[in-house]
Amino acid sequence: MNEKQTAVVFENVSKTYRMGEIEVPALKGVSLQIRQKRFSMVLGPSGSGKTTLLNLIGCLDQATAGVVTVCGQNISEFSDRAISRFRARHIGFIFQNFNLVPVLSAYENIEYPLVLLGVDARERSARTKQILESVGLLHVADHRPNQLSGGQKQRVAIARALVKGPSLVLADEPTANLDSKTGAAIIELMYKVQEQYDATFVFSTHDAQLISHAQDSFVIHDGELIEQRVSEGRFQPSEAL
Amino acid sequence: MNTIKIASRSILRNVRRSLMTVLAISVGASSMVVFGEFVSRVFAQLETRGVISGGHLAVYHRGYFNYGVGNPAAYGIRDYPSLLDLITNDPVLKPKINVATPTINLFGIAANFESEASKTFFGRGVVAADYNRMQQWDEHDLKDFVVDGSINTEDTSHGNVGVGLARILKLAKPLNLEVGPEAPGVDEPASNVSPGAQRDFGGLEEANKTESNGGKATVAAARLDLLAATAGGAPNVVNFFVDKAISQGMKEVDDSFVLMNFALSQQLLFGRGEKQAVGIVVQLHHTRDIPAVRARLEQLFKEKNLNLEVRDLKELQPFYKQAVGMFSAIFLFVAVIMIVIVLFTVVNTMSMSVMERTQEIGTLRALGLGQTGVMGQFVLEGALLGLIGTFGGLLVGLVLSQVVNHAGLTWQPPGSAFPIPLKLMSQGAVGLFVGIGFGLSAIATLAAWIPARNAARMKVVDALGHV
Repeated sequence: MNEKQTAVVFENVSKTYRMGEIEVPALKGVSLQIRQKRFSMVLGPSGSGKTTLLNLIGCLDQATAGVVTVCGQNISEFSDRAISRFRARHIGFIFQNFNLVPVLSAYENIEYPLVLLGVDARERSARTKQILESVGLLHVADHRPNQLSGGQKQRVAIARALVKGPSLVLADEPTANLDSKTGAAIIELMYKVQEQYDATFVFSTHDAQLISHAQDSFVIHDGELIEQRVSEGRFQPSEAL
Repeated sequence: MNTIKIASRSILRNVRRSLMTVLAISVGASSMVVFGEFVSRVFAQLETRGVISGGHLAVYHRGYFNYGVGNPAAYGIRDYPSLLDLITNDPVLKPKINVATPTINLFGIAANFESEASKTFFGRGVVAADYNRMQQWDEHDLKDFVVDGSINTEDTSHGNVGVGLARILKLAKPLNLEVGPEAPGVDEPASNVSPGAQRDFGGLEEANKTESNGGKATVAAARLDLLAATAGGAPNVVNFFVDKAISQGMKEVDDSFVLMNFALSQQLLFGRGEKQAVGIVVQLHHTRDIPAVRARLEQLFKEKNLNLEVRDLKELQPFYKQAVGMFSAIFLFVAVIMIVIVLFTVVNTMSMSVMERTQEIGTLRALGLGQTGVMGQFVLEGALLGLIGTFGGLLVGLVLSQVVNHAGLTWQPPGSAFPIPLKLMSQGAVGLFVGIGFGLSAIATLAAWIPARNAARMKVVDALGHV
């Protein structure tokens, strides 16, 4: 695969957590490539290492061994400040628990990444309103997270991840805390905005039924990559759901 | 902007905890304001008391202050009028000086022959008009604190004494003093000398005057004879008429103090010899000018080759220095306690806040906020709590001080012979307000720095995984 076409490259990556005297391996020599502008899925049961994989891709954690290259950058060489800047510029996160800042409104939560990037107020406003409209939440822009439903919170989280136009969007089990209908709607929305914003989407799930939604998929079990499937076409969300 | 927004809203999010923190800071700030204003008032009172009687600075013959008090005549300033001219006409000193006046300090025996009572005294001779002008000094606008201690300007043989001395010399009745119950009876000493043989020097002198006036003069009821040794070592005596007895605060002083006219003190100390002064008292318009005026005086004396020394208020009034030191130490103690309370309260509040918002910290870090940003977030929160608490405390302190000032309370400060209004120095306490405001806000900010640093150092993954 052409390096320019890959968003993420893992070369024999291992991650071991130390809990006191005990070492717990979370990833064992994983090598993979995630293509740009694709809707990729990491599938595996709880405790398989999905979140660890996403944390390494998202530069939230450092690998114990191996090389992680994200957007062409070897992140193990970065300082904490450089990694923060890299995350702010290139990576959007969608969390299982939404992780919205509780004291900010939906609008302000979405606007926040643009503030970190130093985007001027007028452009911030335009981009925030535009994406709020894309996720269908313009009418609750002033609501705080505690005034939003689970689905609305996750829409805000998606909008927040995409508003800065990141190279890579990571979604860690984004539908786990939602009912199946809302979860399906969120997947459909993610797919739609991924296409609209032309971003690389990587989302993790333990739900094997969702694998049909992905263009590329990686199955992980006990910290090892056991299956990798790459397709060239697009799936039809409505069909898959 | 977002940092301020998040910080302020996070404070409001946990209203009860924030309120308790703000209250603790407010109590600290208001306590410091009230006590600080009280201490400032005490300082102003002590300073005023010292300045109205003894001025800001005194010029003596070199060596007098340490060695000459017991023998003032030997340390006299001969050509003191020229020295006064030098001081008062100096272009640097002139605008700063309110009063410059000669003075004499002396010791002797005061006797009331009519009542067969005598007592050693410490006397001060002052130029009446100058002394009375010095009594008007009120830089700190204390008004109700200043007591009328003026001396008779019309008759140089009149003056004031301490209440204790008046009591000892049995002048209570003629001066209409309330001295409490009668003194317990004492055995009269056996005396072989007949009353007629006792020598009332003053009485003789007064009798001569009466005769010379054709018998028209009236002998004042509160009359004393003051005896002292002159510069030449000969005993000398003068008549002294007591106009007022004024309490001096400290018993030792009160039991021996005589304030007399400068001319009379010269007559007593120098007899028929050359009239000198023991010191030149300098009262300034403003206490803050002491160092500058002192330096200029010393420079002048050096230039003119004068063998003189300058002493300032703290040297002249050791009690003032001691009291200032004591009250400063108490204020410092109270301030330290308040600072510790504020420190622990803010550390506790911010630590709780960091713990509760660990996942939020992880989220912000994941979104790209750096360690400095996280730290700034929490430090700002602590600073805001500190500012709100301090501002509230300053307001409460201001209100409390107005309440105390209008409550009509009295108290008896150290060194005072009578109760005075209990008031707080709310006017001109800007420095105190600014100091407490900045100080406590800075302490709160500093206190927030510790939990903020912990928040910033959290591993993003751990913070995100925190439940």
